[in-house]
Order: sequence, then C-alpha cells, then structure tokens
Amino acid sequence: MLPIIFVLPILQLVILSNAATFEIKNIKFSYVDHDKTSFSRALIEKFDASTYFNVVAEFPSKKEANAAMAKGKVDVILEIPRYFERDLLKQKNTAISVAINAIDGAAAGVENVYINQIVQDFNKKAKVALSSPSDTVNAPKDIVTIPSFWYNKTLNYKTFMVPGILVLLVTMITLFLSGMNIVREKEIGTLEQMNVTPIKKYQFIIGKLFPFWILGFVLLTVGLTIAKVIFDVPIIGSLGLIYFYTAFYLLVVLGMGLFISNFTDTQQQAMFISWFFVVIFILMSGLFTPIESMPMWAQYITEFNPVKYFVQVTRMVMLKGAHFNDILPQLTKTIIYAIIMNGLAVWSYQKTT
Amino acid sequence: MSISVQHISKSFKKVTAVNDVSFELKEGELFGLIGPDGAGKTTIFRILTTLLFADKGTATVAGFDVIGDYKEIRNNVGYMPGKFSLYQDLTVEENLDFFATIFGTTIEENYELIKDIYVQIEPFKKRRAGALSGGMKQKLALSCALIHKPKVLFLDEPTTGVDPVSRKEFWEMLKRLQQKGITILVSTPYMDEAELCDRIALIQHGKILQIDTPQEIIKHYPKKIYDVKADNMYRLLESLKSFEHHYSVYPFGEFVHYTDKREDFNPQELQQYLATKNHQNIKIEITKTTIEDTFMELAK
Repeated sequence: MLPIIFVLPILQLVILSNAATFEIKNIKFSYVDHDKTSFSRALIEKFDASTYFNVVAEFPSKKEANAAMAKGKVDVILEIPRYFERDLLKQKNTAISVAINAIDGAAAGVENVYINQIVQDFNKKAKVALSSPSDTVNAPKDIVTIPSFWYNKTLNYKTFMVPGILVLLVTMITLFLSGMNIVREKEIGTLEQMNVTPIKKYQFIIGKLFPFWILGFVLLTVGLTIAKVIFDVPIIGSLGLIYFYTAFYLLVVLGMGLFISNFTDTQQQAMFISWFFVVIFILMSGLFTPIESMPMWAQYITEFNPVKYFVQVTRMVMLKGAHFNDILPQLTKTIIYAIIMNGLAVWSYQKTT
Repeated sequence: MSISVQHISKSFKKVTAVNDVSFELKEGELFGLIGPDGAGKTTIFRILTTLLFADKGTATVAGFDVIGDYKEIRNNVGYMPGKFSLYQDLTVEENLDFFATIFGTTIEENYELIKDIYVQIEPFKKRRAGALSGGMKQKLALSCALIHKPKVLFLDEPTTGVDPVSRKEFWEMLKRLQQKGITILVSTPYMDEAELCDRIALIQHGKILQIDTPQEIIKHYPKKIYDVKADNMYRLLESLKSFEHHYSVYPFGEFVHYTDKREDFNPQELQQYLATKNHQNIKIEITKTTIEDTFMELAK
C-alpha cells in the first residue's frame, strides 16, 4: 500500500500537469477557395505557417467540406468567396466565412480567437499593400497592445497548473485515507475492541490522524520536488510559509475525513461521500475555471471550499513570493475552518460510538 | 457479587433485544449465557462492557456501575467479541504488546497469567494475526483480553467456528483461568458446552428462561426421553409426529428424541405403531436428558 500512496500521486502530477492545458494545438484546418488568387493563397499560407493549425484538406465545394466536418475529419472550414481579391482591392471590404466544430465549446472559443488573430494580422498587411502613398498621412494609427504577464512571463500554463494539481493530490490522498481509516476499524471490529480499553477518545483520534498529517507533508515535499525538478516551476516565496499554511490546512482535511467516517459504516460509503466532496472542491477551487466567472451564488459557496484557499496560497507564495501578511486572510479562514471541522468531528464521534 | 444485572431492557427501534433480564455472578464463577443466535446475548455483553446503554435497569461489573464508573470497568474487564477483532496486519507479538501498552502494562508483568495460552502461539509470534488459523486467533484474542489481568472476563461466543479439538482446549483454559480467581461470563450457542459452566442462564428472544446449575436444569425436565432410530429418518419423523400420544419430537444427532404425553408410556406400543408404518430396524431406548432437550422444552 505504501508505495501506491506515493507512486500514484507522482504519476498523476506528472501526467495531469502535462495534460491539463488550455492551449489547443494541431487544429485540423481545411478551406474552400473559390477565388484562387495570390491574396487568397497568402491568407491560407498564414494559417499553414501557424503552429496551431494543420492544413489537412482543400475542398472544391462547401458541401464536401461540411461532410468532412460531420465525419470529424476537420475542425475548421475557411471559405474564401469568389472575387475576394477584387472586392478587397476595389471596395476595400469583403467577408470570409469560418465554420468551427463546436462539439467542444471551450476549444471552439479558443480556435475562434486564434483565427481572428490570423485574419486581423492578414488585414493589416493587406491594408499596407493596398493603400496608396497619399493615404498614409490620413491612415489611422493602429493601436497595438503588448500584454505583459506578471508572475508568469511566458504564460506557461504549467507554472500555474502544477501548484494547483499538487494541492489537489495532497487533499485527495489525505481525505480518502483518513476518511476510510476509522471506518475500516469499524468494519473489522477493532474500534469496539479499542472502546473497551481505557484509552481516551482524544488519544485515539490523534493516534489515528497524526500519521496522515505527516503523510500530507511528505506528499507535499515530494510534489514540490517534482514541480521544481521536472517542471521547473519557480518557487519565489518562502517554502516555510507553504508548510506553515499546510499544517493548518491538513487539519481541515483530516477533520473532514474523521467527520465522514463517523457517519458511515463501510469503506464504500466513506469513499462515495469523500468523492462527492472532492469533486465539488476541485471544480469550485478556481483551478480549472476562474471563480470570478462563476455566478454569485456559486462564488459564495466557494468560500466554504478549503481547496480554494490552498490553491490561492500556493500560487501566491510560489509564483508571487507572497509574505505572511499577504496570505493572512486565507490562513485565518483555514484556521477557523479547522477548528469548526475538528470540533464537529470530535462531537459527532462521541455521539455515534 | 462480581456481576449484577437488574431488570435490564434494551430495544433497537422496534426490536426488543433484551427484555427485563436479571442475573448475578459470584466472584470466580464461570457463568454461561446459552441461547440461539439473536437471543440477545451479544447485547447483554455490550451493555456490561460499557459499549451500549441499557434503556432500563441497572448493572454493576466488579462493583462498578456500567454507566457511572465506565472508566473503572474498562480497566478491570477483558472483552473478547464474537468476531475476531485484533489488528490483522500486526503480528501476534505486536498485537499483544499494543494492548499491553494501552492498558499501561507490559507483557512481562502479567506473563504468568497468559503463559499457558501464549506458549501455544509463541512459535508464530512473528506471523501476522490475519494469517493465523481460527483456533490460534482465539488464543491470541484471549491473550490480549487477559494481558491487563482483568477481574472479569467477557467471552462472546468464543468457540463459534472453532474446531472440536480447539474448543475442548479452550474450555480447559477457561477452567484454569477460573481457578486463578477470574470471573468469567461466556456465551455460546452450543448446548454441550453449557454443561462445563458452573451455572447457566438459558435465554431466548431477549428473555431469560431459567438460571441454575446445568445439573439442576436437567433434573427439572419433566419427561422421560427416548432415542428412536429407524432406517428412514425423515419418514420416521413424520410417523412420530402423527402418533396421537406424542408430546415432542425432534431430531437429535443420529436419533429422534421422543417424549410421550402419558406418564405410563410403554415403548413397546410405539414399536408396534412404527412397525405398522413399515419402518425397518426400529430401535427405541431411554436416554439421558441434556441441556438441549431442556432448552427445546423451555423454548416451546
């Protein structure tokens, strides 16, 4: 069991961190060129040159292109109308049609942005080519935005996904193991045997949970090492602060595990309830979807999500170099959470046994 | 009094598990709770070992109240539940060491008490408890229950699922422990074990039917019992049940135990009756009454 506890999270961290990306590459791009001029070819070349698009096919008509889309062979169809070049030269205005496979809505949105960028870039170049020297004086200056991504200069998604996934793994393993552990004692009857001994409740509970508290730290250490060695995630802030925060955070998770085990009789039940909470915690942690884009009521719910605070703290400390005072709000909420959760757990432990 | 139970009742939702039960154990007594599965034996054990509160009634163990002085009781009793409930992934030695530590003692301190039992499993002390055979598990569980030198020992169906040889050994061990002054309350569904106890309580549906020494209980049986045997057991049962003077008929090992309603019953008459029913090799003999017969009679 012990090797599994460590090997699985490491595998998950390595695999998930590579897989959980919002970048979309290798988009299957196809086009229908009714114009066949140097302009239309230039536009298509721009797509071809992009690393995001693979030009997989040219179709003689829209009908065939649509059939290919239906079969899933292409993701994007660009249709260039007849007289594309002529219209552009004469009227300085034309339209092209783009069809995107939106089976995966999130991917379609990203693809749309990519396509727009390429078309706009083409527009600009075309404008320069088309404008006569006399126009240049009056031509409006394009406003160019140069984004600067703070704390993650290259917008490397691994930099912000790895700390988040690390947090999830620490949470999941400690919650599952602690939740199932006391239930297991119930199942095999040792809990009853322990209850007829003079051992005190608090001694028993601490004895049961302390190993998982330590285990949480070990997992965190292993995860941080992988983050640094394999993914080269910057660790700007103090590691001590992360460990300090984790000490309290693990208390929340362990209290929750104990609470669950008090209300369940078998490991299956405990597993089922733990999963229920873990899934909610993960999806509402702000790891995969920003909390700011959730509806108001959902944002209120995330206040009760300890994973959210842990994700925030690790990202703040690792990427931004946040200090103790910066994470104080999260730390305070976590400590309150830990007190309530463990209070409930100990109270219900006395009630049910 | 080592254990005193006064008018204890306990219900689980609509099921009454224990109904107004009272009994007392003298110091150093080996007392048996005899009854079928679901009679309420385990519930009585759980109440006396402070794991469960009774709805009504009071009980004391080793002079301590089961509710008020539960902490004292936990220091002074050994409990061996019906289900093997030691840590399966600890070795024999580790289990024993663990329970000794919890009770604030060491194996060496009370080794004398468990020596007889422990020497039998000592060759396997490095083996995990989960890998032991049924009989060895029982011995380990008993060792763990004795490690803190309890005044009272509770054994809930200790021999269920244990082979006959180990069962016999187990009862011999109990007799030896009794001589060391430990009060033992043991429950069992096996009627033959009842005769090894000093006194027994026959229990069914949460009610005590009778409390006495096994000899007295047998003496109180009102009828003479006959062993009846023939070639076809099933047909024999049917025939006996349709005999107009039968009082009770039930299978007992290779025989059928038969009692008659009449005081002046003549076995010869039954022999003739069975012969008319075409039974072969009919044997009818008077037999000794056992606890099981008594129980069946009381449980009617």
